[in-house]
Amino acid sequence: MNRITQAFRRLTETNGKAFIPYIMAGDGGLSCLVERLQLLERLDATAVEVGVPFSDPVADGPTIQQAGIRALKDGTSLNDILVELTKAKANLHIPIILMTYLNPIYSYGINRFVEAAQTAGIDGCIIPDLPIEEEEIIAPQLAEAGIELIRLVTPTTPIKRVEEISNRGNGFLYTVTVKGITGARGEFDGGLSTFLSSVKQVSPIPVVAGFGISNNEQIAEMTKYCDGVVVGSKIVDLLSKNRLEELEDFMSAYKKSSANI
Amino acid sequence: MKSTYTLPDETGHFGIFGGRFVPETLMKAVMELESAYREAKADPEFQKQFQDLLKEYVGRETPLYYAENLTKYAGGAHIYLKREDLNHTGAHKINNAIGQALLAVRMGKRKVVAETGAGQHGVATATVCALLNLECIVFMGEEDIKRQALNVFRMELLGAKVVSVTSGSATLKDAVNEALRYWVANVDDTHYLLGSVMGPHPFPMIVRDFQSVIGKETREQFLGRNEKLPDAVVACIGGGSNAMGMFYPFIKDEQVRLYGVEAAGQGIQTPFHAASLTKGKPGVLHGALMYLLQDEDGQIQEAHSISAGLDYPGVGPEHSYLKDSGRAQYHSITDQEALDAFQLLSKLEGIIPALESAHAVAFAIKLAAEMEPGQNLVVCLSGRGDKDVDAVKTRLQGGVTNE
Repeated sequence: MNRITQAFRRLTETNGKAFIPYIMAGDGGLSCLVERLQLLERLDATAVEVGVPFSDPVADGPTIQQAGIRALKDGTSLNDILVELTKAKANLHIPIILMTYLNPIYSYGINRFVEAAQTAGIDGCIIPDLPIEEEEIIAPQLAEAGIELIRLVTPTTPIKRVEEISNRGNGFLYTVTVKGITGARGEFDGGLSTFLSSVKQVSPIPVVAGFGISNNEQIAEMTKYCDGVVVGSKIVDLLSKNRLEELEDFMSAYKKSSANI
Repeated sequence: MKSTYTLPDETGHFGIFGGRFVPETLMKAVMELESAYREAKADPEFQKQFQDLLKEYVGRETPLYYAENLTKYAGGAHIYLKREDLNHTGAHKINNAIGQALLAVRMGKRKVVAETGAGQHGVATATVCALLNLECIVFMGEEDIKRQALNVFRMELLGAKVVSVTSGSATLKDAVNEALRYWVANVDDTHYLLGSVMGPHPFPMIVRDFQSVIGKETREQFLGRNEKLPDAVVACIGGGSNAMGMFYPFIKDEQVRLYGVEAAGQGIQTPFHAASLTKGKPGVLHGALMYLLQDEDGQIQEAHSISAGLDYPGVGPEHSYLKDSGRAQYHSITDQEALDAFQLLSKLEGIIPALESAHAVAFAIKLAAEMEPGQNLVVCLSGRGDKDVDAVKTRLQGGVTNE
């Protein structure tokens, strides 16, 4: 069974909620990628989203854009990331979800990528510029390789379409919480709980909220209506400033509150 | 090419090119836009509104002018100029801006966001928004703002808000990124008025259709005058909207050769050019699969051209398809060649072309010389050169331009 599905099964058994941090591969140098993954594994993250830097990240806000620019300046490529993950495969047990825009994969070659991702032990892929209408370009190959294509729904997605997308299955449904790009936010739309509840109602797979989530109060609020959260810009920011203690505090506070839910 | 050219297909593809590679947040908007457009296209009332504005506000039809002096200079085929430079606001961009703004109104969207490179599309959009009382935000690269200061002032004069984009190479590509991000966050009440035949389906189709008035008029004017079709048509290509507008009505006329002219910048053997079709490879950017300038890791490269309007690392998906299918041919012209043509057309014909259009003129001179004296070619003179006079002056005086 895929490690993402396994991880969510364990959470269901313990009534826990998923916490999925996002990190940008190559930010701070590619050499610290595995170290960071191991740290997040130790801090009991459910899975990790590993961002592949791209020159034109249209779905991302300033924090992740800047991290991507730093990673690219450092010469990080998709191939380097796959090589690094392949080397560390035996020492990493946490599910790894690669988050990449389509072009780096397309340029690498779809089949060559899927093969290399499988070798690297990658469990899932999130491709933010690949709606279901275009996924034939890679979805069959990923399915064949046992890599889960994690699909997104957003507040603009009609509920019929949420149903259609979630019915395609795989590890979890990435539910974008805002009409907008990634990045920490102070406040969310008042209709968010209704939206998350309605997604939860139609989705046969776990529902994970993401985009803009940056503190434990928000996480506690969101997880009332869904099965977990992705935290991106906040984690990227703490890691790039090397504020590791703060990161540990943030994640352990989450664990405590999650245990109380 | 068969007489049954019906692209894009139902899913917005031109062969392997095109498509809708956008974040899920935008899918509802692009699907709504498509159905709104299909309804509008079939609605005689909408078509009349569009045609009336093209006639009375833009000043169409534009002349098809026989450039006798240029023809003598080139020493070959007869050269005709389709005078899009005589449109209101000075370029072809207004054709599409009017069509899409009417569509926005029809969809009940009162806010418009646009990107601009040279500023021509921004000015056209700001103009139409003033006319139709729409709120207008234009994203423009910081570099382009420097190169095209007068156009920035024009847009502001017309009531638009111009936002400077500093990310990436701070040119057209980055302005598109920011416009897309803005659209993602404001999709409920905002229409993205995309300025070229690029982006996710249905934009390449919509922009082509609105711009195809160029080719339709040219075809009729030429037939009326010569009782036959031209042997070749030539247009410059950044994203490719004036070229697509010119080519589309000729696609089924297999005997008419179609030539697109990209910017070779400092030369296609250097890294400083914008020749996506000549030097790029297929990839996905800004919602579509198309030829792209990119490095071996799939990172998009910066494009370079003396002309801000051609400074884009991609090219519309339909051009990508026409290249691969062989129906159109694509060539490139350097900054220097374009500058020479800029001056030449000014002196020979009393017409100062936009630097973008000067690329098409430069290629047409070469092409005409290779053709027979009895043959005919039409150049799409997509815009006028007023906006470029300052930069050209600096460059000719040996100063540093803001390239």
